[in-house]
Amino acid sequence: MMLEQWIDVFLLGFLAVISITVLRIRDVFTAVMLFGIYSLTSASLFMVLDAADVAFTEAAVGAGISTILMLATLSLTGRKEKSLVKRKVAILPLLVVTVTGATLVYGIRDLPPFGAADNPVHVHVAPRYIHQSAEEIDVPNLVTGVLASYRGFDTLGEVVVIFTAGVGVLLLIGRRRRREKNTNE
Amino acid sequence: MSDHLILRIVGKFLIPYIMLFALYVQFHGDFGPGGGFQAGVIFASAFVIHTLLFGLESTLRIAPPAVLKVIAASGVLLYAGVGVVSLFAGGNFLDYDYLAADPIAGQHIGIMLVEFGVGLTVTSVMMLLFFTFAGRGEPA
Repeated sequence: MMLEQWIDVFLLGFLAVISITVLRIRDVFTAVMLFGIYSLTSASLFMVLDAADVAFTEAAVGAGISTILMLATLSLTGRKEKSLVKRKVAILPLLVVTVTGATLVYGIRDLPPFGAADNPVHVHVAPRYIHQSAEEIDVPNLVTGVLASYRGFDTLGEVVVIFTAGVGVLLLIGRRRRREKNTNE
Repeated sequence: MSDHLILRIVGKFLIPYIMLFALYVQFHGDFGPGGGFQAGVIFASAFVIHTLLFGLESTLRIAPPAVLKVIAASGVLLYAGVGVVSLFAGGNFLDYDYLAADPIAGQHIGIMLVEFGVGLTVTSVMMLLFFTFAGRGEPA
């Protein structure tokens, strides 16, 4: 138990270090690679939380294909970030961020304890999924049962989102190749 | 990258295993971690490696964007179609209980088909995105 907490602290600290580095770095290529490492670290964190499906998705999508797509974009845009003109401390944004952050930290006090059995999230629909999916769906992986059956409509929406993203990219920047292809046919 | 002998050989060697693993993730999602989303991304990454090794032109020849667009749409249609079929079979939209005589069998069929639809769409959209970005970089 103690070891698991140390792993949590180590991984979360690593995430914080990567985030701050990404903020400070001016080389976009390095930032993209750090984003990949960030995703992989998050995947490890999800694995510690026993969320194997989420970790799998994070590793495949976040560390894998997103990094490739961002690198492909970088090959078009160049790897250096344009230097910011003014570097003086902006008081108002700093104030807004500090107040918002303090409010959020204050709000943490009202949250139920992490992982407690009687938390609202554990007494809403989760017990039904856990107790009845064996009779209703009979799929060993509970996550698949929830994702594809209980929340099937949500997942349909997700697939439509991915499809729409593809359509959007093709409409915006895929036009040149389409014209080429039409001449080939 | 085609002049890097070791990368080319190892990459070529890996492509079929990546595809096989994607299919495993796709159809074993009922039993272990995985499903259509992860499988789609992994399957698409096999084609990304192919593009890196052999160039965009040869990958576009084995995976033409026109076909990918049809596959992307048919994945969504398969998913929604399962919902419509269950609607006509007497249930609610996407209520797989009515897809077969036995509700459990119906659920299994429904989840299998729906995940397959997810996999189709995710694979083809990811490949289309990558091809579009990679194609922009090459001289016209």
